[in-house]
Amino acid sequence: MTTAELRLEDLIGRDYRQGFFTTLETDTVRRGLDEDVVRLISAKKNEPAFMCEWRLKAFRHWLTLAEPRWSSVTHPPIDYQAISYYSAPKSRKDGPQSLADVDPELLRTYEKLGVPLQERALLAGVAVDAVFDSVSVATTFKDKLAELGIVFCSFSEAVQEHPDLVRQYLGSVVPYTDNYFAALNSAVFSDGSFCYIPPGLRCPMELSTYFRINAMNTGQFERTLIVADRGSYVSYLEGCTAPMRDENQLHAAVVELVALDDAQIKYATVQNWYPGDKDGKGGIYNFVTKRGDCRGANSRISWTQVETGSAITWKYPSVILQGDDSVGEFRSVALTNHYQQADTGTKMIHLGRNTKSTIISKGIAAGHGHNAYRGLVRVARSAYGARNYTQCDSLLLGDTCAAHTFPYIEVKNPSARVEHEATTSRIGEDQLFYCQSRGLTPEDAVSMIVNGFCKDVFKELPMEFAVEAQKLLGVSLEGSIG
Amino acid sequence: MLDIVNLHAGIDDGTAIRPILHGLDLSVKAGEVHAVMGPNGSGKSTLAQLLAGRDSYRVTAGSVQYLGRNLLELPPEERARAGIFLAFQYPVEIPGVANIYLLKAAVNAVRTHRGEAELDAIDILALVRDKLKFMGMDEALLYRAVNQGFSGGEKKRNEILQMALLEPKLAILDETDSGLDIDALKIVADGIAAMRSPQRAIILVTHYQRLLDYIVPDRVHVLAQGRIALSGGPELAQELERRGYGWVDTASATRVGATA
Ligand SMILES: Nc1ncnc2c1ncn2[C@@H]1O[C@H](COP(=O)(O)OP(=O)(O)O)[C@@H](O)[C@H]1O
Ligand SMILES: [Mg+2]
Repeated sequence: MTTAELRLEDLIGRDYRQGFFTTLETDTVRRGLDEDVVRLISAKKNEPAFMCEWRLKAFRHWLTLAEPRWSSVTHPPIDYQAISYYSAPKSRKDGPQSLADVDPELLRTYEKLGVPLQERALLAGVAVDAVFDSVSVATTFKDKLAELGIVFCSFSEAVQEHPDLVRQYLGSVVPYTDNYFAALNSAVFSDGSFCYIPPGLRCPMELSTYFRINAMNTGQFERTLIVADRGSYVSYLEGCTAPMRDENQLHAAVVELVALDDAQIKYATVQNWYPGDKDGKGGIYNFVTKRGDCRGANSRISWTQVETGSAITWKYPSVILQGDDSVGEFRSVALTNHYQQADTGTKMIHLGRNTKSTIISKGIAAGHGHNAYRGLVRVARSAYGARNYTQCDSLLLGDTCAAHTFPYIEVKNPSARVEHEATTSRIGEDQLFYCQSRGLTPEDAVSMIVNGFCKDVFKELPMEFAVEAQKLLGVSLEGSIG
Repeated sequence: MLDIVNLHAGIDDGTAIRPILHGLDLSVKAGEVHAVMGPNGSGKSTLAQLLAGRDSYRVTAGSVQYLGRNLLELPPEERARAGIFLAFQYPVEIPGVANIYLLKAAVNAVRTHRGEAELDAIDILALVRDKLKFMGMDEALLYRAVNQGFSGGEKKRNEILQMALLEPKLAILDETDSGLDIDALKIVADGIAAMRSPQRAIILVTHYQRLLDYIVPDRVHVLAQGRIALSGGPELAQELERRGYGWVDTASATRVGATA
């Protein structure tokens, strides 16, 4: 009757405008996984014997494991023998030849997100030289960092150039025995990033620009290892707000962080992979193992993540607080829309004395999205004076979505103090109407409400990233929610 | 400014439309203050929310013209930008969003629509502080989440604060006086009275004469059974105060009879 009939359901029911499909020809090893394939991967990468051995041990262990069933996500069975575990760097010649061939909707998204021009081409998989600009920028960064003694390179390069560091730290936080996906990753991981900050050094830049570019070719089994030596500091940004082209459905990454005495690592992630269409078809399965080890006294590791993509996210960035007085932090915004499922949270394992952890989780569910927070706070007998504060908030848009909270608290030391707060709220028609009656469009209203809800997490992101994350939610809300 | 003719409307409960308004006529000119009174459940809030564009209320017949346009075609935010303001009977809480943030977004939405430059945080704050004092509000309320944990009186004052900032052409105040103590009522009434101007029309939905003691309306209407049963000058409100709404039925019957 009136045109003022824009209901919340319409608003959140809109399509993801960023998805696109193009098949690229790749140099792929035959499908399936056995010891020969593992050896082949290692050989193609020209790895030293210890790496090949490690991969094989991981593979043999993987064979003894079954896929985990304990999380709240559901998906059709994954046929691990139908996947090819090695692709050579992808040929760009079958991709779009210029930005003019790229889906205009995608370009519009990049524009809204403020992605620099040369990166747009890169992200959209265009075969242009614009890429080289960025790569040379990256090389300049790398040289500067190398002068300081900072190692920052692809994992493959690290295996060649710094085998001793790799050997010392690889699997020392997430052993291949850790879980099904970590074992699989250890056996077949393609590439990733490696970073080592020498003692007493403060890494003078956010390690981001380079990574963005680097991340393009890391594939579905990515592995990252960051070591902050005594008294050093590094801030690391993973991912980017722009949707990235990716044909692999299963992603099983591993990230290991090691902080020695007085060192600090800040790790921020923005993840915006294809979530599947509004009926739940397609989309990336993202099964990630991320763990930090506060190995030294007085060390500090913080995870900050903004997750808006993927069909299924299964991810628990954790901190092992070994060193006395060490601090672990986890701040997360996870948004699920349509048929997206997220089971995410953290584990804070207090071992050292006076260790502290903070958990702030903001889950946003819309459409038929399922959002679960699963968090473990474990205080060992040895952790005198341990403290944890957990705040876990859920925001629902519409009434077909769901949010769940699964806090697990295990306290073995009576001097520990553990606090847990949880809230669930809903963006109602009345809130939207109230904002609209003050002149805001429904899109702006939803965006304002959601950003308000996420404030505590965004303020921990590096400035530039925070602005991007806000824009991302804005665009996701417009594109996928409202 | 506002012309409502033979308005029939109801609530859309998802399966059917349950009628609430049955042929309502109301005409309001710039500079006028109209009081709309009537028993609980007579449709006052329905009218107010429908004018602001709430889409769960559906119009089944009749028309609403605002400044020469068909108001019913516009989504709520465009009505707001075109100068319509509704002070809610029950202001809505928005967790996590600072009150000042909503104020800024609202002011700038309206300014942009009028072709004026957006105000930055500092300009807004200067503007708001001024009005805040007038409304006897604590500055801390600007930084709290919108209406969350506000007392009843604070919520109502906050509505008037928004109105003062947005400077609407047509303000519809839905029981802004309900639930206020005497002091708060005076402040709210002063806030409303200060908005009275030859360019602006105000519709006051109220149950009580006491608000009308501060703001003497040009016209008083009694809403009963979904239509304007009786209209008159300020003295009608006083009569209602004495006789109650029960009297309206007979009064309207006899008046209709008299004019027939
Ligand atoms: N959202 C709603 N859902 C169901 N019934 C409603 C709704 N809003 C109003 N009504 C009904 O419409 C009638 C008029 O209500 P309302 O306009 O709120 O009256 P008033 O403001 O005059 O007290 C009442 O019978 C009320 O129960
Ligand atoms: Mg009412």
